[in-house]
Amino acid sequence: MGLTNAYCLMTKNLKKMASKTININLKIWRQKNANSKGSMETYKLDNVSTDSSFLEMLDQLNEQLINERQEPIAFDHDCREGICGMCSLFINGEAHGPDRAVTTCQLHMRKFKDGETIFVEPFRAKAFPVIKDLVVDRSSFDRIQQAGGFVSVNTSGRTMDANAIPIPKHDADKAFEAAACIGCGACVASCVNASAMLFVAAKVSQYALLPQGKVEARDRVLNMVRTMDEEGFGNCTNTGACAVECPKEISLENIARMNREYLKGMLSAE
Amino acid sequence: MSKSVLLKSSIAKKYWMALTGLFLCLFLVGHLLGNLQLFIAGEEGRRAFNEYAYFMQHNPFIKVMSYVTYLSILFHAIDGIMLAVQNKKARPVQYAMNNAASNSSSVARKMAVLGTIILLFIVTHMVNFWAKMHFGGLKLHKYELVTPGQMGEQKQMVYYTHTPSVNPIPDVPQIEVKNELDLYIAKSNLKVAEGYKDLHSNVVAFFSGKETNGVEGNKLALVAVILYTLSMAVLSFHLMHGFSSAFQSLGIRHKRYTPSIELIGKIFAIVVPALFAIIPIYLFVK
Repeated sequence: MGLTNAYCLMTKNLKKMASKTININLKIWRQKNANSKGSMETYKLDNVSTDSSFLEMLDQLNEQLINERQEPIAFDHDCREGICGMCSLFINGEAHGPDRAVTTCQLHMRKFKDGETIFVEPFRAKAFPVIKDLVVDRSSFDRIQQAGGFVSVNTSGRTMDANAIPIPKHDADKAFEAAACIGCGACVASCVNASAMLFVAAKVSQYALLPQGKVEARDRVLNMVRTMDEEGFGNCTNTGACAVECPKEISLENIARMNREYLKGMLSAE
Repeated sequence: MSKSVLLKSSIAKKYWMALTGLFLCLFLVGHLLGNLQLFIAGEEGRRAFNEYAYFMQHNPFIKVMSYVTYLSILFHAIDGIMLAVQNKKARPVQYAMNNAASNSSSVARKMAVLGTIILLFIVTHMVNFWAKMHFGGLKLHKYELVTPGQMGEQKQMVYYTHTPSVNPIPDVPQIEVKNELDLYIAKSNLKVAEGYKDLHSNVVAFFSGKETNGVEGNKLALVAVILYTLSMAVLSFHLMHGFSSAFQSLGIRHKRYTPSIELIGKIFAIVVPALFAIIPIYLFVK
């Protein structure tokens, strides 16, 4: 390939990469408050840059709504870099949209076609009640976490250095993979049964794999699962949807580990 | 361990589903091996099958296992219904748009529906065969005995009994059947032999539609064969997810072994129901 040809190809690709805009139709869930009945509303939004994230597109829509003196759409967001777990949204029938291993804030509009109708709904579960529009109350996850998702440590000033305990690399890696869970709730939203097993399994696993977590392992798994059941999440039927939709790619291996941990806990509890 | 944990916890419920499900997989293998005797042709096959049916009804070990099987089916069904009801409640408002096919198989999502169809099949299947075996309605196994004599060949219907070496017991008014199986000298307390229920002819007549050893042919044999085959297809789908899912529920998952478990599950889910389904088709077209 000659230099000129290469140059031509490069500029062509650059042009392709350059920002393109699309016009889209949106069907978005609107709900005034927790007690009101919501419905899907249709919106039209033009000149959406394909480089913008899904949340930036919603910002653009909200500006349009504000200019039209309409109530903007409420949606959760915080860090906008895929680590806080605040953004949610069920986009075109999938948690965090059609892309894999990303949160909604990392989903780009280039994943959608010009003229496409995009469905945007809140995460649906009895344990995730809608507060307003697309915002759901995920504090049930906090209560599960509070039931056992911690390690009790002495903070009186004589705390032991965590690195003083040797941990096999393999276990440390597995624990880290589990700890990557940001608690966004995509697993619950995707699950046909609205089960929280992947979330709880990740939280149980990250401690169960480490020596620091073994001390309270039995009560942790029993209490966290009990709280999970009490919060009204469904039961796991091993469909695997959660792991596919998880933005942090938490594996089903963790659910199997929790099943083992629970069996141990159940049989040894007094 | 409190009782509430053992029965009410979501994970414990899954252990029960897995354990009863895997036990029922073993039952399927046993049942299939018995059924495959229907491929043995002629009187020999009939004897083998009826002797087997007698053994299954009278052997004490099998009796215990049969009660475990009934309990497993009941528990699997009740536990499954309870799980399905809870799961329905866990999402009161459905999505307007749900692209579930992108993240999971429809078979895995429809286990309760498939299970309900299988339960209906089990009920009709037990009415058709099990109930007749246990509560009467079956004739005794009789066959034509040909004996050479001075006046030429003599043909006589005789009972197939547990001790075939002694004089065959003919089907004559002097012989009376008591307690379904026992052959007595008429109007006496003298038991001469014990016969076999002719479940074989009943099965063959049911699926072939042809009159078999005095059992009237089933007029709806074609419907029976089609429904049986469809039920086996449903069972296949149920096992396609259920087999490997049971291992996951019990926490048995390992990078090295899980792919094999999944493969064995898929093979099991295809081969076992297929072999079950071939039998009525074979009886129908034979």
